[in-house]
Order: sequence, then structure tokens, then C-alpha cells
Amino acid sequence: MTENLQLNSDGKLKHFLTIEGLDKALLTEILDTAESFAGMSEQQVKKVPLLRGKTIVNLFFENSTRTRTTFELAAIRLSADVINMNIATSATSKGESLLDTIRNLEAMFVDMFVVRHATSGAAHFIAQHTAPHVSVINAGDGQHSHPTQAMLDMFTIRQIKKEFAPLRVAIIGDILHSRVARSQILALNTLGAAEIRVIAPKTLLPAHVETLGVNVFHDLTEGLKDIDVVIMLRLQKERMTSALLPSESEYFKCFGLTPAKLKIAKPDAIVMHPGPINRGVEIDTRVADGPQSVILQQVSNGIAVRMAVMSMAMQARGNG
Amino acid sequence: MQKIAIENGRIIDPANQSDSIGSLYIAEGHIIAVNETPGDFTPDIVIDAQNQIVCPGFIDMSTRLRQPGQSHKATLKSETRAAASAGVTTLVLQADTKPAVDTPAILELIKDLADKADYPNIVTIGALTQKLEGQELSPMLALKQAGCIAVGNAGKPVSNLLILRRAMEYAASHDLLLIYRPHEHSLGNKGCAHEGAVATRYGLPGIPYTAETIALAQCLELAKQTGCRVHFGQISCKRSLIKIQQAKKYGLDVSADVAIHQLHLTENDMEPFDSAYHVLPPLRSDQDKQALRDALSQSVITVLCSDHQPHDLDAKLGAFPETEPGMASIETLLSLMLKLVNDKTISLSQGIAALTCNPAGILRLPSGSLSVGMIADICVFDAHMNWTIDSTTWKSKGLNTPFWGSTLSGRVTHTLQSGKIIYSLN
Repeated sequence: MTENLQLNSDGKLKHFLTIEGLDKALLTEILDTAESFAGMSEQQVKKVPLLRGKTIVNLFFENSTRTRTTFELAAIRLSADVINMNIATSATSKGESLLDTIRNLEAMFVDMFVVRHATSGAAHFIAQHTAPHVSVINAGDGQHSHPTQAMLDMFTIRQIKKEFAPLRVAIIGDILHSRVARSQILALNTLGAAEIRVIAPKTLLPAHVETLGVNVFHDLTEGLKDIDVVIMLRLQKERMTSALLPSESEYFKCFGLTPAKLKIAKPDAIVMHPGPINRGVEIDTRVADGPQSVILQQVSNGIAVRMAVMSMAMQARGNG
Repeated sequence: MQKIAIENGRIIDPANQSDSIGSLYIAEGHIIAVNETPGDFTPDIVIDAQNQIVCPGFIDMSTRLRQPGQSHKATLKSETRAAASAGVTTLVLQADTKPAVDTPAILELIKDLADKADYPNIVTIGALTQKLEGQELSPMLALKQAGCIAVGNAGKPVSNLLILRRAMEYAASHDLLLIYRPHEHSLGNKGCAHEGAVATRYGLPGIPYTAETIALAQCLELAKQTGCRVHFGQISCKRSLIKIQQAKKYGLDVSADVAIHQLHLTENDMEPFDSAYHVLPPLRSDQDKQALRDALSQSVITVLCSDHQPHDLDAKLGAFPETEPGMASIETLLSLMLKLVNDKTISLSQGIAALTCNPAGILRLPSGSLSVGMIADICVFDAHMNWTIDSTTWKSKGLNTPFWGSTLSGRVTHTLQSGKIIYSLN
């Protein structure tokens, strides 16, 4: 089972594949650990020797600049040695299977894989088949899970709002294809947020989305009432060609976050976005760069949260 | 040929509505007497069937034996042995071998391979269209004359409805049964799991129930128009059953089967990302499972099949959506049928009928009953014997079953085909 696979015999986080199966105490531990790393970036010496001598491989089967960079920076600041594998130009394009790629890297005494893959369940599969001394961190698998992104979002929310219990959070946009949304919903529910809403047209919502523990809205103005945290999702261009939406402009008209729409939410609401943002598609430039936006803060927090997860997993790894 | 007596068993023969303790006598490959010992009959072999059930050999309406074309997954030899150990005496082969069964030559090749395997009777469904591509009609009459018992789409799309209409008209002209697994590929949209709460949670691309019901509804309309006899394979959704029931009520000559695992497993049983649960049609909701069970008990569905699809290890080794669908399931067919009897979904006689005389009737096969004079295709099983699925008991080359390691009840002790013992447990 997922939860057992992620935890060692002492209940510590050995792999970080999904938020599912992790309790509030563990999520809070991640946030607290991240907090202890958060101040470091502004110091002159930005490194701690926690993972000195450890080898981490960033295994990106899908392109990503920010996620990969923040994972890389996090590893460097923990004094680990990092290798970035660009798989599009590497072994699997020569017909090597995912499993063989992993086995070969393992044979080079790697301690941790950070994996991004276009298929749901890929990180899970790698964790199941990797050697027992290797930790796997999911940096996004298909439409399933992106747990470090969700935790850096939780970290950012906690920094500003302190408590989760009173919060009403709205997630807006392409929930159907979003691993970020799935992980955020799980994390917010575990941490005890008062209400989670998803706001999108039916074409961008997965079947039975309410079973994830959310309230569903198809109208942005209705959904934004009393909201403390607004999370915008990126809209991929290909959603138009696959007949999920008629046009970018119609989407912006209905679901784009403009200053006027944002006024419907609570006056102290914050605006988040996992990036990269499409200005004028899902979010108005004035909102993205406005005073309520915490989008860049999310990026900075990404390093601290990833340091936290990497150090915790590396520690738990030794204890079976 | 050897003379065989099967003594003191509980003989269940749904075709003759009989269920009694007695003996069965076999000579020259045929059943020569039931209960009454024929004069001067000295058996060469006596099978003591006390506390066991004696019934017609099973007819499995949907199997893939992977030959020709994919012998790295399984062979006719390996899978017919597995089938014999499961009490199956007739295997109905889907047309999606590689190459597909769209010429008599492929059929000959399968016959040659089957002869070498010398185990259960293999009957073949011919491809409805050439290469199963849904573009041009296959030479159905030639296929029929070469021995195909029906034509089918093997789950492949016939997206142009005009071609489906023509194919059905042509099949009807030659009195050929169409075996059709309804699946509208555009709605299936490369999905790999039932479009429901579980797929949503795990971010798996979903297959909505409408992918089945819409294709089914289209085919039913065309069946009405063309007069083609249609058997629907591997039905998985509640709403499909409503449509089939209505069609039957209005006198359409249609029938349906269900893959046995659909009556036991749902989306909720899927271990996260375990590729053993990756099947097509996907494991549906609890409601669908219950509706399928009801349909079986009310004879809306009259046939149980294994939908046996053995795979090599590599085919199932990967992230769930990237693995190949299908379960190796012929050896669990009997035990899973008996489980339905145990939980009172169906009677034992109904369960046996769904594996014997019902498919025989639909396919017009000269088997499926224990009448005197019939070919002696017989299964003897112990309904209460437990067995554990592991490498000591499993015979299929495909290890892809979610039941691996579990203990099931019901074990075949003897299988006879044309009066020859092709399997005995000990």
C-alpha cells in the first residue's frame, strides 16, 4: 500500500510519493523542518553538511525548469552531490526501460532519486523496484501527485495565515490534469482547512471530484466568496485543441483572475500559482504582480521544503 | 479407445435439468449411458467421483492463447494445459492473434498448432474486418467454411458505422454470429481505469461507462435492422444491462457474457498502481458489479467467461497506464464461479449452465451436455477442495493474476475431452 511504501518501520518518511496516507503530524513535521531551513538562504554561507557524501540523481523524464532547479539547489545546500539526468536525450530514448535506467543508476551507488515522469504511478513503480537503501522523491507523476509542490504551498499558506483550521481555499482551473491540485486537496484536508473549493468548467474536472473532499463550483464569482486563499492553476495550450475549452479568451473571461474578481474574495486573501503562469489566460498581470500575490514567495519556499523532505527521507532510509 | 466409468458423483447436467447422484459411462469418445450400467461394459478406468461434481466440460467464450504472434507471452501448449486443469474442454479464441484471424490460412496455422498441443478443443472467432482495422470486410464465408464459429471485433473499433452495418448484413447473410465487445474508442480516450472516484484519486485516465453503452446501443440498433445475431462480450456496466434486457424483451436475438473477475472485483479493490488489476473493460464500480450479478441471476447475462489474457512479466512491469491490460484467469474460472454460488448470487446449476450449455447453444456447438450419445467432454470437480495460487499449482505461462497467493475453493480433479482423460489432479 502507498502509505507503507512511503514509511519505514518507525513510521518515518522514507520515500515521498504522495500526500495520501500521511497524517497531520508528519505533514507538520515537514513544515517545521522546512522552517528551520528557511532562513538559511539569506545567510552568507548557504550550506549545511547534512547530506555530505550523498549522491542524489535528478531524474527528469519531463521538462521542468523551476522544480528541477529548486531540487538541485536544495541538494547543494544540504552538501549532497547532484547529477541531473535529462532523460529525453538519454538512455530510455535508446529503448532502455525505466527499470533498467533505475537499476543502472543504482549500481553507481546513488542514495536518492528525484523523479518526474509523465505517467501516473511512475514514482510509485520506481520506489517499489529500487534497492532498499535508495529513497525516491516524487517531483510530479502524470496527473497523480506532486507532493513537494503541495507542501511548499502549505508552507507558504502557514507563513502568512498561521492556522489552517479557519481557512477557505479555492483551487481554480484545470483540476482534471493537475497533479498539483490533487496533492493540495489531500494536504489541505489532512491539515484541517475549513473548506476546499474547486472552480472550473465540467470539462476540466475529473469524475466524482467531490469524493476528494471538495465543494464544486462552475462560476468564479460565486466560488470566490469568503475565500482566504486563491490557488490558480496553469492552463495548458493543448486543452483548446482537445476540445476541453473553446478559446483562451473565453476561459479568461469566465475563470481568469482579474483585480475585480479578486475583490469578491476576502480582502486579505492571498493569490498563489504553482507556475509557470500564463498572464492573460488564467491570471491578470495586475493580480500576478499585485500586493496579494505570493507567487514568488512560493518559489523561494520550494527550496526549504525540498531540503526538509530530502533530509528527512535520507535519515529514515537507514532505519529500514 | 478406453472405456471409462465415472462413479457415484453428483451429476449436474443443466441442459437436461438433471442433478442426481449416479454414474456415467463412456466408450468410443462418447457418453453411452447415464446411471444405468450398460450390458457387458467393463471399464478400463474407473473414476471414483464420490463427493464430487460431474458436469459437462467448460466452454470458455473468450480467451487469448497468444499464438500465433506472441509466443513470448504464452503458447497454445502452455495455455491448453492450463485450460485442461481448469476443466475447460472448449476454448473460444479471439481473433486478435498476430496476424489477426482474417484469412483461412491463419486458421489453418492455429489448427496445426492446436493439433500439436493435443489438448482442449480450440474454436476460433474470425475477424469481422480485415486485420481488425474496421475498414474492409473479412472473407467471412471462407472463414466460416474453414471452421470459424463466429466473427468478432475482439474489442477493436469499427468506427465507421456504415462498415459495421455492412459487416453485420454480410454476417447475417451467412448466418454467422457476431461476437462484439462494445467499446467506443473516442470516448475511451486512451483511458486505463474506470472513470470514477478511484481513477480521480490516482490521476489515472478514465474510461467512462458511456464508452461501452454507446457502442452497445449502436450495435443493438444495427442488429435490429440487419437481423444479425449478436453476442456481446465482456459487458461491464449497469446501463449496458438495461439495454440488453430491453432488446431481449423486444425479441432481438442477442446474448451476453461477463468476464468472471468483473463479478468479484471493482475499482475499490485495486491496489494502488498494481498492474495486475489493469484490465479492459476496466474494473467498474460496486454498483456495476452488483448489477452484473443481478443480470447473471436473472439470465440477462447467460455466459461466464474467463477472458483469459496471459502476459509476460515485462508487459506488466511499469507504471500502471503503460502496462498491458488483461488477466491470466482461466485457472480461477471455476473457483470464482463457485464463489458466486456460495454467496447465493446464482445456483450451482445456473453457474454450470453459464459455462456449458449456454455458450454451446449460442455457438451451436455439439457439446455442453451429458446426454447419451454426446461427445464425452466432461469435468469432475471437488467444490470444497481448497487450493492456493502459487507456482506449484499454476499452469498458465502468464502470472498476471491479482489472486496470486490467495486460497480459493473448488478444484478440478479430472477433465475428459472426447472420452480421453486430458487432466487428472493426482
